[in-house]
Amino acid sequence: MPTSAPTAQALADVTASDSTLRRFLHGLPGVDTVGLEARAASLGTRSIKTTAKAYAIDLAISMVDLTTLEGADTPGKVRALGAKAVHPDPTDRTTPAAAAVCVYPDMVAVAKEAVAGSGVKVASVATAFPAGRAALDVKLADVREAVAAGADEIDMVIDRGAFLAGKYSKVYDEIVAVKETCGARARLKVIFETGELSTYDNIRRASWLGMLAGADFIKTSTGKVAVNATPANTLLMLEAVRDFRAQTGVQVGVKPAGGIRTSKDAVKFLVLVNETAGADWLDNHWFRFGASSLLNDLLMQRQKLATGRYSGPDYVTVD
Amino acid sequence: MAFEYAPAPESRAIVDLAPSYGLFIDGEFTESAGGDLVKTVSPSTEEVLCEYTRATAEDVDRAVQAARRAFEKWSALPGAERAKYLFRIARIVQERSRELAVLETLDNGKPIKETRDADLPLVAAHFFYYAGWADKLDHAGFGPSPKPLGVAGQVIPWNFPLLMLAWKIAPALATGNTVVLKPAETTPLSALFFADICRQAGLPQGVVNIVTGDGRTGADLVAHPDVAKVAFTGSTSVGKEIARTVAGTRKKLTLELGGKGANIVFDDAPIDQAVEGIVTGIFFNQGQVCCAGSRLLVQESIHDELLESLKRRLSTLRLGDPLDKNTDIGAINSAEQLARISALAERGEAEGAERWSPACELPSSGYWFAPTLFTNVTQAHTIAREEIFGPVLSVLTFRTPEEAVAKANNTPYGLSAGIWTEKGSRILAVASRLRAGVVWSNTFNKFDPASPFGGYKESGFGREGGRHGLEAYLDV
Repeated sequence: MPTSAPTAQALADVTASDSTLRRFLHGLPGVDTVGLEARAASLGTRSIKTTAKAYAIDLAISMVDLTTLEGADTPGKVRALGAKAVHPDPTDRTTPAAAAVCVYPDMVAVAKEAVAGSGVKVASVATAFPAGRAALDVKLADVREAVAAGADEIDMVIDRGAFLAGKYSKVYDEIVAVKETCGARARLKVIFETGELSTYDNIRRASWLGMLAGADFIKTSTGKVAVNATPANTLLMLEAVRDFRAQTGVQVGVKPAGGIRTSKDAVKFLVLVNETAGADWLDNHWFRFGASSLLNDLLMQRQKLATGRYSGPDYVTVD
Repeated sequence: MAFEYAPAPESRAIVDLAPSYGLFIDGEFTESAGGDLVKTVSPSTEEVLCEYTRATAEDVDRAVQAARRAFEKWSALPGAERAKYLFRIARIVQERSRELAVLETLDNGKPIKETRDADLPLVAAHFFYYAGWADKLDHAGFGPSPKPLGVAGQVIPWNFPLLMLAWKIAPALATGNTVVLKPAETTPLSALFFADICRQAGLPQGVVNIVTGDGRTGADLVAHPDVAKVAFTGSTSVGKEIARTVAGTRKKLTLELGGKGANIVFDDAPIDQAVEGIVTGIFFNQGQVCCAGSRLLVQESIHDELLESLKRRLSTLRLGDPLDKNTDIGAINSAEQLARISALAERGEAEGAERWSPACELPSSGYWFAPTLFTNVTQAHTIAREEIFGPVLSVLTFRTPEEAVAKANNTPYGLSAGIWTEKGSRILAVASRLRAGVVWSNTFNKFDPASPFGGYKESGFGREGGRHGLEAYLDV
């Protein structure tokens, strides 16, 4: 199997059947809601100033998956987004590029061309995003199309219905199949839609399930539901990747997506990364922001730090 | 590349310190009758902040007489009128909270993060809470029109100077008593600033009097014949002395003393949150907390795993300038306290426990002690029995809930305990068997003015906070 199934040795027995998988996931330490949220809030009070702020803003810019996932997306819109990702601030070429552009599968070829030669990746949502309500064949076809068009990264959604019904094997097998379809050509991000999983216990279980099945990244949400990335659910997922690496030696990335709009929020997430998973994750290979409006706020803050003055929304590009 | 946090110091310009302070008696700052001036220093730098007065027996008498004179009118005020003053004080505390937080951090050494996010909000909350009781005493369960006692002599410690003042003064005033309060000798400043708040609130003269000084001043206050009620928070040894002084008099007494709290972690605990709770339990306020979770009782089956997580977490604690907003661990309050902590830690090592601290650079001036934990500790070790009152955690193990309860209760103290498990029935079963005044489940060091607080055994008697806290100041 070409899946990275990293845990083959360490946790082979766990995925053998529905019941072993259930026993393992339900045996993970519980999450105390009050304590988790208090810890996330307390890290949110860190005061990041001057040089630390400059570092964090550049790092955050380099971690943005610049996203457009609308029915109204056109080649023109996607090209504009690609240009923005390559040169987020045309007035200041020292600004780092974004990590990736994130589009629907039919826009991958356009996006690929727009970022060609820049190092910016193209990510594509797939597997009947955002609901994930389609037959496995259809989902895999979706993935194949995106990969064939040159996607570097695939953002899949899990079957939340199956997860909530306790059919963990079904979710696991689907992730494994998608991973297989990605092959060595694309890194796989697994979206849990944490707002629909609803409890922190579920989010921890989904994180481990995703990682056991070979996810390269675990991602909070689609941005299409009411509750998306929060400091608390991201903190929890950072604990999961930290523990997973400690147990298996395999490092997995984290991507909070949806609802992160300001530099201040982004910096708070980077503090969570720094003090939970650690410095090894402070790199766009291991941490991403799924966002669209965040980038312009980061750019305005960057300009403010450089010039000492706030400019305004007309001094950053609207794409 | 590492994410280095740049310094983010809170400005101390907001605090306007006078070169020296007198005593607050009968509504104004007055000179002492012959008391000498004493320096108070900032524990993080040993910088002299200012001088304050060591009140003499004569000063204490003057304060008690002022409080006695004020009692008649104050106790006769309708509760709703007394409440107005308390609400006013609470609001002024909120308005001046940044100033008071910086002041407290300067004088005590604790991080600004704690004074800003814990001490000051709780101080205001306490005054708001007891303001609400002032006109409802008839319905507090002590019979109709419960009467106040008279002059309350209150002696408070240095670990939460302003918060302990609030715990003492708010219920005393709400119930119609008047107050003479003595702050600790190393942390007199926030009480003196509080005196100014009383003035600002227009509190009638003599209702609150602040006499600064050391143990002798406290002894004079406690022994004064016109004091009707003594309330003390501090060490068990001083508490015993006070109990002896008060014995045979008609004075009513409440004592809130030391502790050796057990934080019990079962194998089905929410581990990441338990680690946070252990850290909060023993490193909050550098462990200088009477209800600190200074004994970690961990189920043997998860000992190694939990210790690994705990050590990793301790490595992220930021020790340094208490005024920096990113500082987690501040300075120890005094050279004496530092010496005591150091001596007990050395004793732990000498008795064979294994000592560990994260890599951590201590500032060259001031009083500092690195977060420390001891493993391989047994009930027989001194560090498992004596209150260290510092950032030192003793780790013990247990096998069954029975053993956990037995070990947790096996201490002369009984102030606090914590239980960590995802199993609700176990929380209830264990909590009901722990002899501790406060039992936290899946959290630690959480305070709320509505929740009574106090001890069993050598941790003292009487309750502060909540409806129960009224009883200490009423003739019931």
